[in-house]
Amino acid sequence: MSSSTNLVALYTVARREIVRILRIWTQTLIPPVITMTLYFIIFGKLIGSRIGPIAGGFSYMQYIVPGLVMMSVINNSYMNISSSFYGAKFQRSVEEMLVAPMANWAILSGYVIGAVARALVVGALVLVVALFFTSLHVAHPLTALAAVLLGAVIFALAGFINAVFASKFDDIALVPTFVITPLTYLGGVFYSIDMLGEPWRAISHANPILYMVNAFRYGVLGISDVSVGWAFAVMLGFIAGLSIAALQLLRRGVGLRS
Amino acid sequence: MSAPHNDSPPALVVDNLRKVYRNGVEALKGVSLTVQPGDFFALLGPNGAGKSTLIGILSSLVNASSGDARVFGRSVARERSEAMRLIGLVPQEINFNQFEKPFDICVNEAGFYGIPRKLAAERAEKYLKELRLWDKAFHQAREMSGGMKRRLMIARAMMNEPKLLILDEPTAGVDIEIRRSMWHFVSAINAAGTTVILTTHYLEEAESLCRNIAIIDHGTIIENTSMKRLLATLDVETFVLDLAEPPAELPSVAGIALRRVDERTLEAEMARKQDLNALFSALTERGITVHSMRTKTNRLEELFVRLVEQGRAPEREKAA
Repeated sequence: MSSSTNLVALYTVARREIVRILRIWTQTLIPPVITMTLYFIIFGKLIGSRIGPIAGGFSYMQYIVPGLVMMSVINNSYMNISSSFYGAKFQRSVEEMLVAPMANWAILSGYVIGAVARALVVGALVLVVALFFTSLHVAHPLTALAAVLLGAVIFALAGFINAVFASKFDDIALVPTFVITPLTYLGGVFYSIDMLGEPWRAISHANPILYMVNAFRYGVLGISDVSVGWAFAVMLGFIAGLSIAALQLLRRGVGLRS
Repeated sequence: MSAPHNDSPPALVVDNLRKVYRNGVEALKGVSLTVQPGDFFALLGPNGAGKSTLIGILSSLVNASSGDARVFGRSVARERSEAMRLIGLVPQEINFNQFEKPFDICVNEAGFYGIPRKLAAERAEKYLKELRLWDKAFHQAREMSGGMKRRLMIARAMMNEPKLLILDEPTAGVDIEIRRSMWHFVSAINAAGTTVILTTHYLEEAESLCRNIAIIDHGTIIENTSMKRLLATLDVETFVLDLAEPPAELPSVAGIALRRVDERTLEAEMARKQDLNALFSALTERGITVHSMRTKTNRLEELFVRLVEQGRAPEREKAA
């Protein structure tokens, strides 16, 4: 199949995903914004007001905004693709794509675009809500945008792989519950790892979410616990590795073809 | 099998296909068959015979353990995209997103084949109208009846205007009126040049629609011939006679086995070459009036059961 026809197929998958997100917007867009609003009220306003300036002289509320935006981006990207692709497997509508002449990269990219679109919309909504609680001056807009995009792509790819292996709906809830949530909470969303003693500070460097949160925090506030260049290198490395793994799974038909 | 129409490659060549699943089940044991362009081909077999595995391999949902299939000369294994572009599949199970609208399901399907959205929308309207689904085109698919869902899968399979349409039990659970309208549509598609492969458990459908037939059982093709030739091998037929009054006693007619089914119903089993006059003369002599008469089973059904039974006889002997 030529690349132009594959592009039509890719557009179709991405469009279908975005239409699905908008069709069920009360499930896909509103709940994460409400959750993050509660974080802003409880951690930022009530508890944060009793905490003095944190790294770089920013208020605690200002400090946690980038972390909470990135947290919502990560969660929504992952949840969107894992539930949508597993849903397609469960209803067997995934067969529509599997029997079509479209390339595997078009299937994967279409789903990733859908997940990233939802993550960006939710991230933008959370950022808008944050402005009701504090003022923000975005220090490096392009860096912030790149960090949020790469973070969304990483977790979209990870969610896709989860859905490929999942054989029941419980399987797509396990990873967010037992892996992503702990890593997010320990990934510098609510604190600077400079506040940790050793060995916890060193161990925190093994958490990939730390790099995403800090790259985005650098983009927004201009401060980071890790080297921004290294953070982008880590993110690009993850994207390369996860893309290869996802395409390989599609090529072999794991969980999809007998 | 019918002779090739011209120099164009066969619509389908299945070449020594084998499939062994991970659990060790050998679903296909070296299946080979050929379907010519323009044919209406029946692929029949009992449940678990290997039909769905074969169709799964043809549509690339199942990977063959060995062997290959070629669709109009394109290898499913080595030229998957090119082969898939030529196929339309109507699967046995409903497999579309029930929360989407039929129009969107069809347009998206076309998109997966690289068909631009404008053309896809035109085709969706055309086929949804032809299959009498246009009034439901913009409602959620889950609101449709079972028969409508099956017709939607046919409309969806037509979106890439395939040269080979594979229908895997498309009329299962569908009422007679809708079934007939579906066959009217598929027959028209076939008459326009599309090759059709049909699996069904309604054997009268296969008998009336298909020109060639393969019967598969236990992963092996046990018969592959033209429908005419197969039906010609049927040498015995059973008729059911509905009587006006209960008969006092049954006549005996040479070469015809008469059985009483109930008070006013008889069964007559006889050779196909034998005429019915002798039977009616004997019944008239006894003052027995026949109200109506029908064949007990569909002819193909009778042959199908016999062939499958024959194929299984050695197994039963072994088991005994």
